[in-house]
Amino acid sequence: MIEMKNVSKWYGATQVLNDCSLNIDKGEVVVVCGPSGSGKSTLIKTINALEPVQKGEIWVDGVAVHDRATNLPKLRSRVGMVFQHFELFPHLTVTDNLTIAQMKVLGRGQDEAKQRGLKMLERVGLTAHKDKFPGQLSGGQQQRVAIARALSMDPIVMLFDEPTSALDPEMVGEVLDVMVGLAAEGMTMMVVTHEMGFARKVSNRVIFMDVGGHILEDTSKDEFFGNIEARQPRTREFLNKILPH
Amino acid sequence: MTYWQDIWDRWQFLWDDRGDGVTYWQWMFSAWGYTVAVAAVSLVVALAIGCLVGTLRTVSQHRVVSALATGWVELFRNIPVLVQLFLWFFVISEIVPGMRGVPSFVLACCALGFFTSARIAEQVRAGIQALPRGQRQAALAMGFTQLQAYRYVILPQTFRIIIPPLTSEAMNIVKNSSVAFAVSIPELISFAMQTQEETSRGIEVYLAATVLYIITALAISWFMSILEKRARVPGLSSQGQGAH
Amino acid sequence: MPALDFSFYTWANISTYLLSGLYFSVSLTIAATIGGIALGTVIALMRLSGIKPLEYAALWYVNLLRSIPLVMVILWFFLLMPSAFYNLFPGDIGQKYRAEICALITFIIFEAAFFSEIVRAGIQSLPRGQTFAGQALGMTYAQNMRYIVLPQAMRNMLPVFLTQTIVLFQDTSLVYAIGAYDILKGFEIMGNTFGRRVETYIMAAVVYFIISFALSMLVKRLNEKIRILR
Repeated sequence: MIEMKNVSKWYGATQVLNDCSLNIDKGEVVVVCGPSGSGKSTLIKTINALEPVQKGEIWVDGVAVHDRATNLPKLRSRVGMVFQHFELFPHLTVTDNLTIAQMKVLGRGQDEAKQRGLKMLERVGLTAHKDKFPGQLSGGQQQRVAIARALSMDPIVMLFDEPTSALDPEMVGEVLDVMVGLAAEGMTMMVVTHEMGFARKVSNRVIFMDVGGHILEDTSKDEFFGNIEARQPRTREFLNKILPH
Repeated sequence: MTYWQDIWDRWQFLWDDRGDGVTYWQWMFSAWGYTVAVAAVSLVVALAIGCLVGTLRTVSQHRVVSALATGWVELFRNIPVLVQLFLWFFVISEIVPGMRGVPSFVLACCALGFFTSARIAEQVRAGIQALPRGQRQAALAMGFTQLQAYRYVILPQTFRIIIPPLTSEAMNIVKNSSVAFAVSIPELISFAMQTQEETSRGIEVYLAATVLYIITALAISWFMSILEKRARVPGLSSQGQGAH
Repeated sequence: MPALDFSFYTWANISTYLLSGLYFSVSLTIAATIGGIALGTVIALMRLSGIKPLEYAALWYVNLLRSIPLVMVILWFFLLMPSAFYNLFPGDIGQKYRAEICALITFIIFEAAFFSEIVRAGIQSLPRGQTFAGQALGMTYAQNMRYIVLPQAMRNMLPVFLTQTIVLFQDTSLVYAIGAYDILKGFEIMGNTFGRRVETYIMAAVVYFIISFALSMLVKRLNEKIRILR
């Protein structure tokens, strides 16, 4: 579904991605973790070309993302993305947030878009808030709306960029619950997160990135958590810091 | 009582005929009308150009376009409005083919509108750049084209942010319209200067003109505050930021 | 389209018509900036003093001057300035340079309204903790302002002051309304003398542009420096 071959990226002279390759199959849930500055947010944003790359190839469902001739809006409309800071459109109501891209990008009619959007809103348990503005919701609620917004576009894959790291601790659970449900339904997901509990529970694979944009580990969940002795020193150091002792 | 009588007498000139069947009273209101009309038309010109140029300055992938937009802003921002007015009247209308015979009202509105467009462009640019970067990314991530991202996500939020600076720009344009006296547009300053000369009632005339300027300014701030209330989004501060 | 001819810009003509005007425009800008900042600071302090009559006086001063055009203010001062005032100057300087002297007074008083708003914003943007820290050390209000608040605020405001000075420099062209001899007047007289209005207004725009643009580049560099220092 997603294939990345030898991708490198620089901001000026600083290299943020260093020869990254990975493969995500349909229905897989892959968690990407690593210390801050390791380029994991950049990595996930290259998949829908929000961050262009200078070297390497990226394929999503057979479409060449790195190719300048690719119709990016069309590609992006099929790839759902959830951001760290939610990025709901604050001037639009919850319903309008859910429908605007369906109507303007996919060309759906208003009724169809609304029906689809409200169904997704119901799924994240926020139907009662459909007429509110984002600023009137809590962080956890906003993030759930953001997930519903991405889902209402019927994406073939969902990208999550640290979806819980801007949330107050008591709201992390409600967002993770929605994501666990999605994974159980077989959605292909790539998740940048520090929530190792989530990784343990639902992921198939874990990718560990280190400073400088290297992919240091790409291994099955059971191997990653079950065989810590076999991990790279940097990975062990990282896991020691964030795993409960 | 003679004191009040005296004051009353000092304002009597307003009902005098200027010699052409028009009283100073009537002239004053037509002058006010000119001030408002010049300001209003210029504001429309300035808003149209300013929004376009300010938006283009944020389109970083087209170097030439954003450089042209920057050049526009610097050119019209760094020459005094009075000098720009003279340029339109004595240079552009002289040497640009087809500009000869353009009515002076139109030239004045071009001068004021272009001058103000540079300032509005700066506010539009600042407003766009004040939005969280993620908003643009979120719009693109959903499959919007650049144009759609501006149309549905970025500009609607920008306009809410820049209503306060636009209010002061609207007031500025009324104040700046006063330079039109220098090219004989019959607006409030022209009226004040000429009536002062003809009647020697300087204090009264200036007072009348000043009060009319203040009334205009109050009207604008009242109108814009209504606009701001209309545009307000629940849960969103005027800074245009969401939670975080 | 008539051919442009700039050959009359000889050094002799420039020094006859333009230099004294340029000198006046520049000195008016500098004097009004310094005077405006001084008076503006006093007004800002009145505004923030917490003493109601002073606060209202400052509020009215600022709001009144900001809601009427500068040209109107210039006309008012020219009309109301008593003749006796000009006689205070030695010899016939006062009478000879009425318009210029009046322009200077007007600009200081007018620009003070704008500078005071900059100063007020600068003071209010300082973290409250700074004032508390000063008070905790036993400083009086005046000491706190003098040693803690104003030095920090002024440093932050420097670029904004300069930006306002660029606006002020452009505004000096409005002394046209009372016929003071500034650079624009110099160009106008030159244009009429040589029958070359087109060329003189073009050059006037060029001169204003070069000076304003250079100053705005300076502000830009200053802003970058300040950003690095923080």
